[in-house]
Amino acid sequence: MSKIQVNGNEQILETDSVSVLELIKLNKVLNADMVSVQLNGEFVDREVYSSTVLKDNDEIDFLYFMGGGAN
Amino acid sequence: MDFTEDQIQRYSRHIILQDVGVEGQERINKGKVLIVGAGGLGAPVALYLAAAGVGTIGIIDGDVVDLSNLQRQVIHFTPDVNKAKVLSAKEKINQLNPDVKVITYYDLLTASNALDIIKDYDFVVDGTDNFPVKFLINDACVQAGKPFSHGGILRFEGQTITVLPGTACYRCVFHAPPPPNAVPTCSQAGVLGAIAGMLGTIQAAEVLKYLTGVGDLLTNRLLTFNAKTMDFRTIKVKHNHRCAVCGDHPTITELVDYEQATCEIKTHGEGVPHKALIQK
Repeated sequence: MSKIQVNGNEQILETDSVSVLELIKLNKVLNADMVSVQLNGEFVDREVYSSTVLKDNDEIDFLYFMGGGAN
Repeated sequence: MDFTEDQIQRYSRHIILQDVGVEGQERINKGKVLIVGAGGLGAPVALYLAAAGVGTIGIIDGDVVDLSNLQRQVIHFTPDVNKAKVLSAKEKINQLNPDVKVITYYDLLTASNALDIIKDYDFVVDGTDNFPVKFLINDACVQAGKPFSHGGILRFEGQTITVLPGTACYRCVFHAPPPPNAVPTCSQAGVLGAIAGMLGTIQAAEVLKYLTGVGDLLTNRLLTFNAKTMDFRTIKVKHNHRCAVCGDHPTITELVDYEQATCEIKTHGEGVPHKALIQK
């Protein structure tokens, strides 16, 4: 079990070895392409979402694409 | 710059602001700002910058006013439907503040005209509705060393970051446009009208802070808010050394127009030239 921060809110991961990709699904992000992910202040490349495993006290931010503005 | 009696009165609430004063107001009046997109974000940005007395406001938009725009694009009024947005915006700015020189471009910002247009301005505001142009503005401003404000809205949420030469850019954070249809647009998913006003007003405040040198800009911080909870959050972001445009080994050295249709094309009023909102 590990305790992490997701977008500033605490989340408890019940199982070990949760990857960034799994966390994206756990947080009900519809499509991994909708977000850019920052882990402890560093951007995570999409290619390593599934191989990057979260550990206790990690701080993760999902930055959502927002394209609206004019029309 | 010598202010007239009328100008001293018009700008008195700025002039008495300790951090702005006569000097700050002079800087605002000498400022040249380009607004890309005269829509949901561009409307409040243009109105507040015009009211503040920004000397030159450039507006680029290739679209005409549609009835469905009026729910949030507060610079356009009902009689403006089918009128070019840049013309509609110019008319309102002229009425609001005759001190402002308005330059209009009834066109889309593209890889071939971007650098030539932005070179005349001190600051660029992204008020566009699609990712290809958002990335184009970023890349053009990074290459030209121009400061700019990114803004995006969707449903009940908004985000903005200010980018100065050397600070984290939009591409540092978001890398590349998402695949087509991965992210819904406002026309697909909707947007609460006032969200456009909230975010556009934040962008306008950033422009005025930049011109006057007051305060700390939203650099290296992405501001996001959700109006359902009214939670505002700033997320620290760092310049990305692997960024394709401003990283250590940039791979983007020329501007590109991404192929991506992001907005529906619809037929506008008769006899009104309409430029499809697709970047080639």
